[in-house]
Amino acid sequence: MLLRHTSKEVKVREGLTINPAKTCQPIGAMYAALGIHGCLPHSHGSQGCCSYHRSTLTRHYKEPVMAATSSFTEGASVFGGQANLLAAIDTIFAVYDPDIIAVHSTCLSETIGDDLQQITRKARDDGKIPEGKYVIYASTPSFIGSHVTGYSNMVAGMATQFAESTGAKKNQFNIIAGWMEPSDMREIKRLAKVMGINIVLFPDTSDVLDAPQTGKHVFYPKGGTTVAELKSSGDSLASLALGSISAEPAAIALEKKCKVPFETLDIPIGLTATDRFIMAISKVAGVNVPDEITEERGRLVDVMCDMEQYLHGKRVALFGDPDQLLPLTEFLLDLNMKPVHIVSGTPGQRFEKQMRQLLDERSPETNFKSGLQADMFLLHQWMKNDPVDLLIGNTYGKYMARDEDIPFIRFGFPILDRIGHSYFPNVGYGGSLRLLEKILNAIMDRQDRDALEEKFELVM
Amino acid sequence: MEANKIIPDPAQVREELIQKYPAKVAKKRAKSIVINDPEIIPEVQANVRTVPGIITQRGCSYAGCKGVVLGPTRDIVNIVHGPIGCSFYAWLTRRNQTKPETLMDANYIPYCFSTDMQEENIVFGGEKKLKVAIQEAYDLFHPKSIAIFSTCPVGLIGDDVHAASREMKEKFGDCNVFGFSCEGYRGVSQSAGHHIANNGVFKHMVGRDNTPSEGKFKLNLLGEYNIGGDAFEIERIFEKVGITLVASFSGNSTVRAIENSHTADLNVILCHRSINYMGDMMETKYGIPWMKVNFVGAESTAKSLRKIAEYFGDDELKARVEAVIAEETPKVKAVIEEILPRTKGKTAMLFVGGSRAHHYQDLFAELGMTTVAAGYEFAHRDDYEGRDVLPKIKVDADSKNIEELKIVADPELYNPRKTDAELDALKEKGLEINGYEGMMKQMTKKSLVVDDLSHYESEKLIEIYKPDIFCAGIKEKYVVQKMGIPLKQLHSYDYGGPYTGFEGAVNFYKDIDRMVNNPVWKLIKAPWETAGNGKGAGLEASYVTQ
Repeated sequence: MLLRHTSKEVKVREGLTINPAKTCQPIGAMYAALGIHGCLPHSHGSQGCCSYHRSTLTRHYKEPVMAATSSFTEGASVFGGQANLLAAIDTIFAVYDPDIIAVHSTCLSETIGDDLQQITRKARDDGKIPEGKYVIYASTPSFIGSHVTGYSNMVAGMATQFAESTGAKKNQFNIIAGWMEPSDMREIKRLAKVMGINIVLFPDTSDVLDAPQTGKHVFYPKGGTTVAELKSSGDSLASLALGSISAEPAAIALEKKCKVPFETLDIPIGLTATDRFIMAISKVAGVNVPDEITEERGRLVDVMCDMEQYLHGKRVALFGDPDQLLPLTEFLLDLNMKPVHIVSGTPGQRFEKQMRQLLDERSPETNFKSGLQADMFLLHQWMKNDPVDLLIGNTYGKYMARDEDIPFIRFGFPILDRIGHSYFPNVGYGGSLRLLEKILNAIMDRQDRDALEEKFELVM
Repeated sequence: MEANKIIPDPAQVREELIQKYPAKVAKKRAKSIVINDPEIIPEVQANVRTVPGIITQRGCSYAGCKGVVLGPTRDIVNIVHGPIGCSFYAWLTRRNQTKPETLMDANYIPYCFSTDMQEENIVFGGEKKLKVAIQEAYDLFHPKSIAIFSTCPVGLIGDDVHAASREMKEKFGDCNVFGFSCEGYRGVSQSAGHHIANNGVFKHMVGRDNTPSEGKFKLNLLGEYNIGGDAFEIERIFEKVGITLVASFSGNSTVRAIENSHTADLNVILCHRSINYMGDMMETKYGIPWMKVNFVGAESTAKSLRKIAEYFGDDELKARVEAVIAEETPKVKAVIEEILPRTKGKTAMLFVGGSRAHHYQDLFAELGMTTVAAGYEFAHRDDYEGRDVLPKIKVDADSKNIEELKIVADPELYNPRKTDAELDALKEKGLEINGYEGMMKQMTKKSLVVDDLSHYESEKLIEIYKPDIFCAGIKEKYVVQKMGIPLKQLHSYDYGGPYTGFEGAVNFYKDIDRMVNNPVWKLIKAPWETAGNGKGAGLEASYVTQ
């Protein structure tokens, strides 16, 4: 047993988090910044932060993840990190020549009170930012929120610091991507194209973190939202924010700054969340939904009908991030499955309320906890008390799955031991079909494995 | 071994590496890029601050302390005092394998413990929450030891992790609780954390259990972290030759073994950088000499075993060592003889760690491959130039902040295992007793040595040298591979290994052969890219006529 010290008895904890279902803000800011074309993320803190974030993102994507650090030492921690950040800006523009440096803070720089707005202004005043180049920033102390809110803060920073309103509206819509994979962002762009609308998608990590092997390392890959697109987002007709935690703050910022109206939706994972997404586009842009999309939807519903016997009543434990967990839970309920235990380390009343509402309506007996001490240790204890048929979550779930001998689907961040998430989406009807295929395979493989010889089925 | 390609002029390479830097940065970097001469070893600037913005391989002090040194011991509950990230990122990512003896034995390695500090803990102090967390860990698990690791904000807000630990230790009575001030900003790299970890382990663990250890030839293995099962292979060999491993620092280790380690008669050091402090301190306090060895490479393993036998000076042990070498060598020889024609003459670059960039050169030499450039991520001058340089190293402000423990001989337990004359005689025989010759003495003349290689420099080096393989870590892995060159991770071994001892050497030979000769590197270009994409119109195929 790998998690041999996890006992069945649940005791309330107030100080100790064990096996967290979240990580810290700066890694989210780094991931978001990689979705701007020509951008080098910069971590304003100790070297370790940058190294850990790069390592984790690299393990998740198996791709180069470039980012720089202010390399704080004890001196900087005592006297402030301004000198380090200014020196870093000099070095970065001279050596790596990005269009944009996207600086995020860390617990260290926030604790000593470094003000990124003031330091980046000074860099501009001192002529350290070459003509036509940008330094943007987001405040992401690790002692607030989680990796999800760090992502959200950087995306909001893109809106506040780039969006411009020229007074002339453009025939385009903003889609603000909540935390999703490059594959998902690519799929969102495809759906918009099929729907026949022009969009600015930001951030956009497709063609950045799924770059092709060409024999050449392209330091700034061809993907990412461009500065011109980000600027023009202020002239868009409306914004659709995909995810109330990870995307909505950017939509609010755009509304405040450039009066772009917005609607917040779930990330389109699963049938009904995708329905809402397609309906929203249809409504806001006044376009008909083409047959192509109706057919995609039909294929997903077809499989849901045909395979319902293997899904009905199956008990699922899941952990991860709010904006994914909400539509995923809804999808499981649509599949007639039972989400039995849900945890997310990301704190926030909004999510708490949304999830409670969904569960109160459709699955009131579900165990659900978010925020402090809502960790995998608790989830595992719940699973020991009320066993499940399937576990869904990031790679760390494999330890619980092995100990309890239950099927496991990798979903969320980080996935350190399998590929696929960068290439094949979970959003849209097609992405949901892939997710459904994974769920069915996990359940049916288990049925095959456990079947008595005389009960082993050829046709299923 | 001669490389099968022309090696560029290193002086010119050096100029090219620093050309693009701003003047001040170029001046600083130039001192860390040197052209090797094994006869008159040049000075390398090392263990100095990284220039902000440079894209370094380096991590932080916390990573060196918790991640490297303390992480591999399975029965300590390691609580990270800080916001959630630091504990999360160090959770199982270093591949420290461990094998509890029974299903009942403690193993906390798959767990991640954190105080998950929130804003109010930063504003009003986090000591209270830390003590609650320690209490909860004690109540849940009743571990023998709980270690506390400080992250950046902890030192700044003034939480006293040592006082909190002492208080809880006294309260529990049966659980050793101790803290580490290993905030990420201390020092200039992971190296500061190694030193802080050595100090803490020495102060709080070593010497707590005086039960005499059994066995005739007793030693501790220092600086071996059982990544990919490296320690398992060394344990296998030790058992075969009849050497008793009292404690390992710290791969596959337990609290009890470390607490009892002062009963051994020799410390052998693998990773000099991360653990040499422990060797020195144990020698001063208990009279146990240390000796530098290397179990990476089949020949190095044989050599190290002979040195250990020589140290113990026992003919029976010497004979057993020879018998084991004779038994193991043919299997290794058979594999290398088959592989060598495919690897001979190829070139390698190693930029990693504080000792791996040195040790792995032995394995490449066995593969007939030349190391054309190498450097460490967080080493000091002595790891490059040898310990003779120690008195000449200037202690700068960053190093001064790391505590140097004042160690004296233990009034009861000090027992010099060898007399000075005996040690001198052993040194005469080539044993690196309390010594280390460093990396550069082994490298060829005109090879390039670069400390704390930046991303920019790594791309330049690859462009210029076009090595057949590049060795570094996860952050570099896919960058280099995008350039069409295989990268062997020497932190995680690309999830393979072990690479120590005889079986490890065989694993490494096979892995490198597979990597440098993989057909995929020739499949990168699409056929239409080389065929002029659409330029030749019309089909070339025609009916087959008989």
